[in-house]
Amino acid sequence: MYGGGYIYDDSGRSRQQEEQLQDDPVKLAAFEARIAGGEKIEPGDWMPAEYRRQLIRLIEQHAHSEIIGALPEGTWITRAPGFKRKLALIAKVQDEIGHGQLLYNAAETLGKSREAMINDLLSGKSKYSNVFNYPAETWADVTVIGFLIDAAAIVNQVANAKGSYGPYCRALERICYEESFHLKQGHDAFIELATGTPAQKAMLQDALNRWWQPIMHFFGPPDKVSAHSEKLMQWKVKMASNDDMRNQFLEAYVPKIWELGLTLPDPLLKKNADTGKWEFSDPDWDLFFEVIKGNGPCNKERLNVRKWAEEHGRWIRKALMREEERERTALPVA
Amino acid sequence: MNESLDPRVNRLRLNNSDGSFSIEEGENWNVFEVFHQEKRGAHHEHVGCVHAPDANLALIFAKEQFGRRKKCVNLWVVRSADILAFDLEDEDMFANNPDKTYRDASGFKVMEKINKFKAQSK
Repeated sequence: MYGGGYIYDDSGRSRQQEEQLQDDPVKLAAFEARIAGGEKIEPGDWMPAEYRRQLIRLIEQHAHSEIIGALPEGTWITRAPGFKRKLALIAKVQDEIGHGQLLYNAAETLGKSREAMINDLLSGKSKYSNVFNYPAETWADVTVIGFLIDAAAIVNQVANAKGSYGPYCRALERICYEESFHLKQGHDAFIELATGTPAQKAMLQDALNRWWQPIMHFFGPPDKVSAHSEKLMQWKVKMASNDDMRNQFLEAYVPKIWELGLTLPDPLLKKNADTGKWEFSDPDWDLFFEVIKGNGPCNKERLNVRKWAEEHGRWIRKALMREEERERTALPVA
Repeated sequence: MNESLDPRVNRLRLNNSDGSFSIEEGENWNVFEVFHQEKRGAHHEHVGCVHAPDANLALIFAKEQFGRRKKCVNLWVVRSADILAFDLEDEDMFANNPDKTYRDASGFKVMEKINKFKAQSK
């Protein structure tokens, strides 16, 4: 579902310059020419160390986002309003876990093991999309997530699917196909509340008010302060700027919210008729970085649930693995 | 204290872990490549991979992962470690040699010869 448009990196630029010097300039030129020509890079190809590092970070964090992202919604499966909604929610949550698997596989082709990625998630070293550090307080929250967070994720994933790394593009192609069902079922549940009783409308409006800031955070800081280099754009690792994706999202979805008679908690939000761009109040970016650091309302709970699952799943993983079957290296080929 | 909104978290006390936990290399089993057949008569096509302890479980996971949408009539799994492939760097050896037109239908100009024959025999 949800590759955070903004992928956290606290060590990016200095390391990039350092490693850049070590790459063979001839191979680097051939690599860049290949990408410029629209070709995909495959796991066995030569690639700059920094390209590999950035891709692992990006795909791994995307995978973690799918797995952690299933938690706020998964908690509502037992309390979904009605059988049809419950079936759809189970199917969606299963999809998200499946997306996590597809993405872990894509990251593994770059040489980092599944186990190392999971350990980095549990220790807090690897991040995931910040939006999942907020609680889903009511059923209306689930509809806001299913509609708007998935919509935001689609904007991001459709862009990334045109990137340069073959295994990531292939995984995203499959993911985007399933995502269209998520968006539709979310929109359907959202509309049901928006056109329902006064109590349902009020519940949805309340959820929208609480989620609007995390949604505005979703695509990351504005381009003028974002740490992403032109190199990542040139290498087709990052396919669209944070501001462009945010604008694309607002353009497509704000009208769909307003047409249902709902409001958004930002008096400055409007489309500038001259520039064609959306204008909005700056969300609280200090809060955004606080939550990334681990101080959001649900960071601890999310990781603890994962930790519990890994800890209590160990016995069955071990019971199923016969020692004579174990391979020394286990990485996918494509 | 538990303040979770998730009843499972409270019931199972999932929110109480404070120690660190890590998994061991290899704990997530082996990797299998998955091939999907969309309809009878079609080729099996590579669609991705799954982690599984053995081939039988790999098939079950492959069904969950790659067979729950769209058409599927059959799946194959094979250990990733058993795949042998050329180096991508050797791609040039697959380039078509323009001297080998005798391998293609287009390398034979029969109509020219027929037309020439017909013109001569008039």
